[in-house]
Amino acid sequence: MLRVDGITAGYGPVTILRDLSFKAEAGQVTCIMGRNGVGKSTLMRAIIGLVPVQSGQITLGKVALHALPPHQVPVQGVAYVPQGRRLFGPLTVAENIEIGLLARKKGPQRRDYVLDLFPRLRERLDQVASTLSGGEQQMLAIARALCLEPEVMLLDEPSEGLQPSMITLIHETILRLRESGIAIILVEQRVDSVLRVADHVAFMANGRVETVVPRSDLAPDSMLFRDYLGV
Amino acid sequence: MTPAIKVWSLHLLVLALLFAAQFVLPPYHATNLARIMVLAVFAMGYNIAFGYTGLLSLGHALFFAAGMYAMGLSAWHLDAQAWPALIAGLIAGGAIAGAVGLLALRAVGVSFMIVTLMFAQAGYLTLLYLNSWTGGDEGFVIAQNARVLSGFDMATDTPRFVAAFVLFAVGLLACLWLVRSPFGRVMIAMRENEERSRMLGYSPFHVKLTALVLSGVYAGAAGAAYGMLFGYVGATFATIQYSILPMLYVLLGGAGTVLGPFLGALIMFYLIDITSAYTDAYFFVVGAALVGLVLFAPQGILGALRERVLKWLP
Repeated sequence: MLRVDGITAGYGPVTILRDLSFKAEAGQVTCIMGRNGVGKSTLMRAIIGLVPVQSGQITLGKVALHALPPHQVPVQGVAYVPQGRRLFGPLTVAENIEIGLLARKKGPQRRDYVLDLFPRLRERLDQVASTLSGGEQQMLAIARALCLEPEVMLLDEPSEGLQPSMITLIHETILRLRESGIAIILVEQRVDSVLRVADHVAFMANGRVETVVPRSDLAPDSMLFRDYLGV
Repeated sequence: MTPAIKVWSLHLLVLALLFAAQFVLPPYHATNLARIMVLAVFAMGYNIAFGYTGLLSLGHALFFAAGMYAMGLSAWHLDAQAWPALIAGLIAGGAIAGAVGLLALRAVGVSFMIVTLMFAQAGYLTLLYLNSWTGGDEGFVIAQNARVLSGFDMATDTPRFVAAFVLFAVGLLACLWLVRSPFGRVMIAMRENEERSRMLGYSPFHVKLTALVLSGVYAGAAGAAYGMLFGYVGATFATIQYSILPMLYVLLGGAGTVLGPFLGALIMFYLIDITSAYTDAYFFVVGAALVGLVLFAPQGILGALRERVLKWLP
């Protein structure tokens, strides 16, 4: 289980997250929702170590992630797919995946598992990543993160800018990953997406998680969506 | 034909042509080509740091000079034979690069460039300051007996060409293997985006330090070989000009391409050689050529070729 206990974090003198707490359980999808600028992406970056935590704790099992240098956090089993995919553009699909596998010294079995999840990538192994379609790039970003064989996966708006068929595919992948026991933390702005994949929804405002609600307590017209997203 | 076969075939063909060149070129141009091959090894080292890992250094003259002086001083003061002297040069290049990297890699981008420049200038001034040991500004000539490598006298044309060729061939094939290896991919990933690489669990500091040490080994080997093959060691080789030259070779030939440093060194060498016969302002012509290159083919010659035609080129 990943626990975030009372963290305060930000960029230099600017504090974005204030005494923020929440947890993500294995085999569950926890969606983070909130208005733009509320700190959703900063939370992701704080978990992965790219934003320094000023106080509080982030733990995965017994490992204190906030005390590790950023490059050691993924090695503990936390994978991050940032907003905008951020692939290594000049490298091929195969090379992007290879870099993911090398990071935790995973072999061909992991490679096959990942490519079985995304057969379309298998057909494009020699294609340069920057020439893939938006949906394919998102698949590759998720595939590369999965090469780490993570216990926790952080996904920052994976459906952003994708056509509906691709969004459906990404949702199906998230559900399959949940079944495999991975704890998924998903930043998402689309209500329909959240209602489809979430087990819990954490609503953020003012740099904090203000409330966590089970998916079963939410409907498309729930007041919480209006209050926290303005939709 | 698979891309891998194309890649290895092309590089082996280039090596075969270069080896054959000694039989058809006049002695003047054969000696030039030997010099170019050694300088190309220096540029290959620069390319590992800059072209593949994204480390813009202005301190590579220090690594080149470290190799050259380690070879020369061990031959002069310790009466070292050719092989131990060469190996001392190679090790010195890597060790100095490692020491510089431990400090300079705390800075990034332009700051890194300035720190490496400062180290190189400090190295140059140290060579001048210790002139009773180093020969100062005048340098020193390598004794004839220290230039006999495995029974071959490096002062004569054919052994010198073959030695330069062997160094170049080993450097080229090792570089090709390196950039196609898993670590080579990680170097490119680091160049493309440090943060993305960190998100996957790679330590930028360790990857960049390793790349810089490898780069220093190439530069040190080239410096040691240059001193031995051409018989002279001097502080000129530690000046900023020798930090800028490999950068120009790499930019001209194509940063991040294995053959680019050689092509850049070849063209730049002859550009200077030919234009200097007509005008004292030959660096103006070189500068104009570089401005044109930056405007019309900023990826360098092979970089542009790779982008448009030879997409499999490493």
